[in-house]
Amino acid sequence: MGNRTIVPFGPQHPVLPEPIHLDLVLEDETVVEAVPRIGYVHRGLEKLVEKRDFQQYTYVAERICGICSFMHGMGYCMSIESIMGAEIPDRAKFLRTIWAEFSRLHSHLMWLGLLADAFGFESLFMQSWKLREEVLDVFEETTGGRVIFSVCDIGGVRKDIKKETLEKILGVLDRMEKELTEIAGVFLNDSTVKLRTRGVGKLSKEAAFELGALGPMARASGIEMDMRTQGYAAYSQLDFKPIIDLEGDSYARTKVRLGEMFQAMDLIRQCIGKMPEGDIKVKITGSPKGEYFTRLEQPRGEVLYYVKANGTKFLDRVRVRTPTFANVPALLETLKNCSLADVPILILTIDPCISCTER
Amino acid sequence: MSILRMSKTLIKNLLHGPFTIAYPLKKKETYERTRGSIGISIDDCIFCGMCERRCPTNAIRVDKARVSWSIERLQCIQCGYCTEVCPKKCLDMENQYTEPSFGTVRDVHIKCTNTQSPSES
Ligand code: SF4
Ligand code: SF4
Repeated sequence: MGNRTIVPFGPQHPVLPEPIHLDLVLEDETVVEAVPRIGYVHRGLEKLVEKRDFQQYTYVAERICGICSFMHGMGYCMSIESIMGAEIPDRAKFLRTIWAEFSRLHSHLMWLGLLADAFGFESLFMQSWKLREEVLDVFEETTGGRVIFSVCDIGGVRKDIKKETLEKILGVLDRMEKELTEIAGVFLNDSTVKLRTRGVGKLSKEAAFELGALGPMARASGIEMDMRTQGYAAYSQLDFKPIIDLEGDSYARTKVRLGEMFQAMDLIRQCIGKMPEGDIKVKITGSPKGEYFTRLEQPRGEVLYYVKANGTKFLDRVRVRTPTFANVPALLETLKNCSLADVPILILTIDPCISCTER
Repeated sequence: MSILRMSKTLIKNLLHGPFTIAYPLKKKETYERTRGSIGISIDDCIFCGMCERRCPTNAIRVDKARVSWSIERLQCIQCGYCTEVCPKKCLDMENQYTEPSFGTVRDVHIKCTNTQSPSES
């Protein structure tokens, strides 16, 4: 047994631009314990609900996270709609699903790039981000924004997608699918990449369950849990199955996310095929009164929205439990007994989003 | 061979040239919906103050007495809510971003209400 050393990791670290700090307790090169600390980017967005009325807060909710911005807006809108008993038009549901799945695609592509960057494969990183750019262009064309869309509204969506644009999207998907298949092959089969991911950071099914892991992290350990199966938005009308893997290592997590990307493309195609005609928004009058919990599946896992309204324009409370927060205990578990060089990759495999964790 | 997986992609890339846009020389096309900045047709504005009350970031100031409408450019988040609530539909979302700047920028628009030509006022 060697001497124990503490190596600070973050809050600024080249591997990820988000501020999380870990004290890594090392024995020689092996991590025996990791102590996390967050709290560097707290913005008080939940408190802001007292100062902005419930309609204005739609824009605030979207800005909780820069990657799953659409799904945050959607979770908030769904909660208010449920409190007010509003049923949104079918077309709006499908449009929401399209944007949500594109968000998943862009989030996972970004993550793939960061992973490649973490093990020093620069050109693979560039390839992933090149693909992601196409998704951002679709967003800009359909919503007007590349990162923050401002299209989800209480009662539906603000903007429709024209038929020609939908056809164009199908073309983009075909092109992307071809290119993604190529780079997916590199991630899954290249021997140098496999050396860095295979067998690294194993999380057993039991541990994942006990520690409350979510999203791809849990699914890669064999837990079949995907909030989309609840059938919110248009998911009840689409045909899909949660993608799971049994290995529970970094390689499995990469595989699950890659599978979800192809699944997202498939879901978008299904949506475009089944898209009904009609209105995109119902008019909402009055103010909400009551409380509601919404659960939905973000790229990083399940997000939980709690909204409490008192019948005035201002809400009492909005609470968001983001997936990264729930995945931190699982991360600490995977860090135990790994080597120092693997720490960046392991932190990345939970796909951390610290800004939304701290809100 | 599993270590040469990337070669095909790499060779394709070499032949293709850069995928990025050589920015100052070539500009990226904006889309019809691109949210760049808020513009106003000040002549149609009735100074009702709706946009000021609804704006989530308090970027807009409306002064009925001085018939002026102003916007803090860096405070505006381009959400487009004001364009939706304006009863006269005189606000619109333009595709181009505003110029970069170091300090705060307040764009003031004043409606010309007198009959003199604007140069005398
Ligand atoms: S809402 Fe429209 S009409 Fe009213 S003050 Fe604003 S810009 Fe003018
Ligand atoms: S776009 Fe949004 S933030 Fe900007 S002035 Fe209009 S309402 Fe305010």
